[in-house]
Amino acid sequence: MSGVVSHTRPPLVTGRKTYHQITEDICSPTEQVPSGSWVLCLLGALGLLGFGAVAVFLTIWVGIGTWNLNKTVGWGWDITNFVWWVGIGHAGTLISAILLLFRQKWRTGVNRAAEAMTIFAVMCAGLFPLLHMGRIWVAFFTLPYPNTRGPLWVNFNSPLLWDVFAISTYFTVSLLFWYTGLVPDFATIRDRAKGFRKKIYNFLSFGWTGAAKHWQRWESLSLILAGLATPLVLSVHTIVSFDFATSVIPGWHTTIFPPYFVAGAIFSGFAMVQTLMIITRKVLKLEDYITVEHIESMNKVIVLTGSIVGVAYLTELFIAWYSGYIYEQFAFYNRALGPYWWSYFAMMTCNVITPQFFWSRKMRRSIAVTFVLSIIVNIGMWFERFVIIVTSLHRDFLPSSWAYYSPTWVEVGDYLFTFGLFGTLYLIFIRVAPVVAIAEIKSILKTSGDQYVGPLADAHHPHGPEDGGEHSHKVEPTKEELVADERAESSSSSSSEDVLSNEDKTEE
Amino acid sequence: MRVLNKKVLYGLYDDEEVLLKAIKEIKKEAEIWDVFTPFPVHGLEHAMDLKESRLHISGFLYGLLGAATAFGFMSWVFTRDWPIIFGGKPYFSAPSFIPITFEFTVLMAAVGMVVTFYLVCGLGPGVTNPYLHPRITDDKFCIAFDITKTSKEEVEHLRHLLQETGAPSNQIHSKNI
Repeated sequence: MSGVVSHTRPPLVTGRKTYHQITEDICSPTEQVPSGSWVLCLLGALGLLGFGAVAVFLTIWVGIGTWNLNKTVGWGWDITNFVWWVGIGHAGTLISAILLLFRQKWRTGVNRAAEAMTIFAVMCAGLFPLLHMGRIWVAFFTLPYPNTRGPLWVNFNSPLLWDVFAISTYFTVSLLFWYTGLVPDFATIRDRAKGFRKKIYNFLSFGWTGAAKHWQRWESLSLILAGLATPLVLSVHTIVSFDFATSVIPGWHTTIFPPYFVAGAIFSGFAMVQTLMIITRKVLKLEDYITVEHIESMNKVIVLTGSIVGVAYLTELFIAWYSGYIYEQFAFYNRALGPYWWSYFAMMTCNVITPQFFWSRKMRRSIAVTFVLSIIVNIGMWFERFVIIVTSLHRDFLPSSWAYYSPTWVEVGDYLFTFGLFGTLYLIFIRVAPVVAIAEIKSILKTSGDQYVGPLADAHHPHGPEDGGEHSHKVEPTKEELVADERAESSSSSSSEDVLSNEDKTEE
Repeated sequence: MRVLNKKVLYGLYDDEEVLLKAIKEIKKEAEIWDVFTPFPVHGLEHAMDLKESRLHISGFLYGLLGAATAFGFMSWVFTRDWPIIFGGKPYFSAPSFIPITFEFTVLMAAVGMVVTFYLVCGLGPGVTNPYLHPRITDDKFCIAFDITKTSKEEVEHLRHLLQETGAPSNQIHSKNI
C-alpha cells in the first residue's frame, strides 16, 4: 500500500502532514476567535437576510400579488430560483456518493463542505414552492395525511407531488449522510475541547469512541448510503424536470429534459463548490487539503457536464426544426430572437462557450480563472432556467394573451433572502464543524500524501510519518533492541510526545 | 456517562501498520478487549476477525418495507378509498406510482439503517461513552485489554506484549471505566 512510491501520481495532501498535524489544521478554525473577514462576511450575509426577510414577509402577508406574475406567465423568478438552487444542491451528494462508489480519493478534500452546501441549497430551494403556494400556512396539504375532508388524498399522479417527495427525501438522506460522516470528527473536536465547548461537542458526537466494530459498521453504512444516494441524486432532478416535461407546453414537452437537467445540475453544483472552496481554502488556510489537483478534477467535471448541456441545447433546436411542429419551432425561434433574446444569449455564452476554456490544462489549474468562470457558470445556469420557464410561457397559444414579465423588487428580495440564508448557514458551518472530513483525509494520507506520492515523495519511505515509522521496519525486534529503542526515543522525544505523557500523568 | 465497571490496560501505537502487526501477534497469546482508531483502518476487521456487518440486510428490509408501503398505499387510495380519474387514465395507473415508490424506498432504507446503526452501536444524542485517551480520536491507535479479573503477573505479561509489538512504554496505561 504505502510501500509503493509513485512519482507520477499527484499528491492530494501536501505539506508533509502527520496525522496530528491534520487534526490541528482542520480543527483550529473552530477553536479560534473568528477573524475580521469572517465577521464582515457574516454581517453581509445577515444584511441580505434582513432585507430579504422584509420581502418574504410582504410575500406572505400581502400574497403573491406582490409579484409580477400574470395569467400568462404563472411561473417566474420563484420557480427559476427553485430549480437553480436544487441544481446547485446536486454536487454535494454527487461528490460524496458517486465518487465514493468510484473510489475517487480527491473527494475527501471537498465532500464535507460540498454536502453542507447541498443541504443549505436544498433549504433555499424548498422556500420558493412554499412561497409560491400563496398560503404558506397550508403547505402541509401537500402531504398525504388522514384529513377531515373525506379523507381527500393528494394526487399521486402529479409530478408536482413527486417533487414534494423527491426534495424532502433528498434533503433527509443528504442530512443523515452528512451527519454520520461528521460524528467521528465532532468526537475529535470534543477530545480537544474544554469546558462548555466540550459539553456541546460531546452532545454532537453522540458518544463516539472509535471502536473497531463501530468503524466497520460506519464504513458499511457509508457505502450503502452512497449506493442509495446515487440513484436518488439522479432521480431528484429528473423529477424536477418532469414538472416541465409532462406538461403540454411547447419548449417543455421534451423527452431530453431528465438527462439534460441532471447534467445541468451537476454543472452548476460543481461551479458553486468551486466558488465556495476557493474562498474557504484561502480564508481557513486549507490549501494543503484542497489543492490545485482537487480544483482541476472538478473543472474536468465542469467541462464535461457543460458540454453535455451544450449538446442538449443544440439537440433541442434541431428537434424543434426536425419535428415539423410549428408551435415547437416558434417556441425556440422566440427564445433565441424574441423579446427575451438577451437571456438566451447569456445562457449560451455562460454555459456553452466560456466553460470550454477548461479544455486547457493551464486554465483548469488557474485559481483566478476557475473562480471567475465558476461564477459565470452559475449566472448562465440561472438564465437557463429563466429561459426555459419564462420564454416558453410568455407567448402562449393565443396571441391576444401574450405578455412580458419582469420581477418586482419583492421577487428580487425573496431571491436575496436565500442568498443571505445560504451565506449565514455556510459561515456558521465553517466556524463550528470541521470543513474537511478529518478521518477520511487521514485514511488516504498514506496513499495520497506528498511525502508518499508525487515529485516530492521520499524515495524510501515505506512507513508512516516521522512519529511511529521507526517501530515497524524491524521484522522481529528482540527485547534488547526494543529497550535500546525506547531509551533512544525517550531522550529525543518530540514535544508532542511530551505533551502526551504529561496528559497521561494528570489523567491517572 | 455510561459506566462499564471495567479495568482496562491499553497501549497507544503511533502507526496503523504497526497496530495491524501487533494485533496479529497479540492475538496468539491474549484476548483483546477492543481496538480504537482515529479513522477506519484498512484490514482491521480481518486482523480482528470481526464478522461482516449485517447492516446492509437491515437496509434491504427497510427498503422493501418502504416500497410495499408506498405502492400499496397509493394503489389502495386510487382503487378502493377514493377512486378519481386523472387525465383519462385508469384508476390503477402503476407507472405514475413509481417515482414516489422509489423515493419512499430510499427514504425508509436510509432512515431505518441510520437509526439501526446508532442503536446497535449504542450511540446517539446525549450518550457519553467512557473513553481511554483523548488522542485516540487524533493520531493514536489503541489496543485495550480487560484486566478486571486478571492477575498481576498476567497484567505484566500483557504490558510486555504491548511493548514488544511497538507501543512506546510511556503510552501504556491502565484505567477504570
